[in-house]
Amino acid sequence: MTIVAVTVTALLAVAGALTLTRIIRGPSILDRAVATDVLLAIIVAAIATEAAYSKDATALPVLVVLAVLGFVGSVSVARFAARRNDK
Amino acid sequence: MSLDAVLDIVAAVCLISGALLSLAAGMALVRFPDLLARMHAAAKPQVLGLLLVLLGCGLRLRTGVDITTLVLIGVFQLATAPVAAHMVGRAAYPHDDIRTDLLLTDELAPHLDRLSAATTTPTPTP
Amino acid sequence: MTPAEPTEPPSNATLTPAARRRNRITAVIFLVVVWMLLWGTLSWANLISGLVVAAVLLAVFPLPPVTFAGRIHPLGTARFLLRFLSDLVVASIQIAWMALRPGHVPHSAIIAVRLRVNTDLNLTLAAEALSLVPGSLILEADRTTGTLFIHVINVDSLDEVEKFRRGVLELEERIVAAIGSPEEQRRVRERPPPPLDLEGAAA
Repeated sequence: MTIVAVTVTALLAVAGALTLTRIIRGPSILDRAVATDVLLAIIVAAIATEAAYSKDATALPVLVVLAVLGFVGSVSVARFAARRNDK
Repeated sequence: MSLDAVLDIVAAVCLISGALLSLAAGMALVRFPDLLARMHAAAKPQVLGLLLVLLGCGLRLRTGVDITTLVLIGVFQLATAPVAAHMVGRAAYPHDDIRTDLLLTDELAPHLDRLSAATTTPTPTP
Repeated sequence: MTPAEPTEPPSNATLTPAARRRNRITAVIFLVVVWMLLWGTLSWANLISGLVVAAVLLAVFPLPPVTFAGRIHPLGTARFLLRFLSDLVVASIQIAWMALRPGHVPHSAIIAVRLRVNTDLNLTLAAEALSLVPGSLILEADRTTGTLFIHVINVDSLDEVEKFRRGVLELEERIVAAIGSPEEQRRVRERPPPPLDLEGAAA
């Protein structure tokens, strides 16, 4: 299981780094919103993998909150961007 | 080989494929040419990748309470991801973020005026 | 909503009291189940508090009326879910391969697909299923005509666009086969996906 954990961590770390480049480069706020959503999905995957590795379910409620948070975040950014573009 | 070992192996496969999908999404985010194409890439770790990781997690933990929580996370994600994607897509469409030279057809443009009129009329102007 | 285009009425306007009661009971059951899953234990205290929370939620945020004339067909539902899962896996692998393949710029298209059964439920389910599968994305939905505007990635010719359009209509067929009423199923059967016609949306 250790090998699996190391592999998954490496894959997710690279994925997170690539996603961060997109967040930094933009160009528009919606690009950043989408990339942030992906980053959140990667974080959820990382926490779930940690829980699976250590067989410890303490972190699972955090995942529920994160799943809802991603939705609220990107919806509010999209609303904000749409309104600003109208003007 | 015991049942536990088999379940562990299946869980490991699920976790690794979920991580691979996340990696592909990261690559796609950097490489794809415009916002809408990137959103397609983003749907991948959010749906299938997440489901695989949750499945792997559930196969490892194997207790009732944890599995209900995992099911709940999956249901939330499946219900909310399309709504968020639709909101972002709608905000993005008529603007400059889209590479129109890569579009084969665009059947939305002729309808855009009518549709945006329909969505803005409900706000009453005194 | 524009009154411009005369179509079949959205048929969501009025609900019989029985249908409204059934909708409300379904919503309460769903909310209580989510509450129980959140707590993770099955107890009377959870059940009662869940019922209270669900009642308060439905009183404060009433749900829009949803017509559901059919019934759930188990076989059709199972077929729809299985096909959905296989679509999900295949499309995810395709998009992943596209991202990793060097030197390829993906072409895309925005198409309008007019669904044959114009109910809110059908429109919503089709849109959800399409958005969840990577490779198709809902940009806009027109409730008055039941039209979905879909952004498709990884199409290289107009033939492929038409193939995708047929795919969407087949998806609608599967949804109607899973939860549609006999009347809706008849309507879908009467109008099979046209070969290369533009559904009257983009003239």
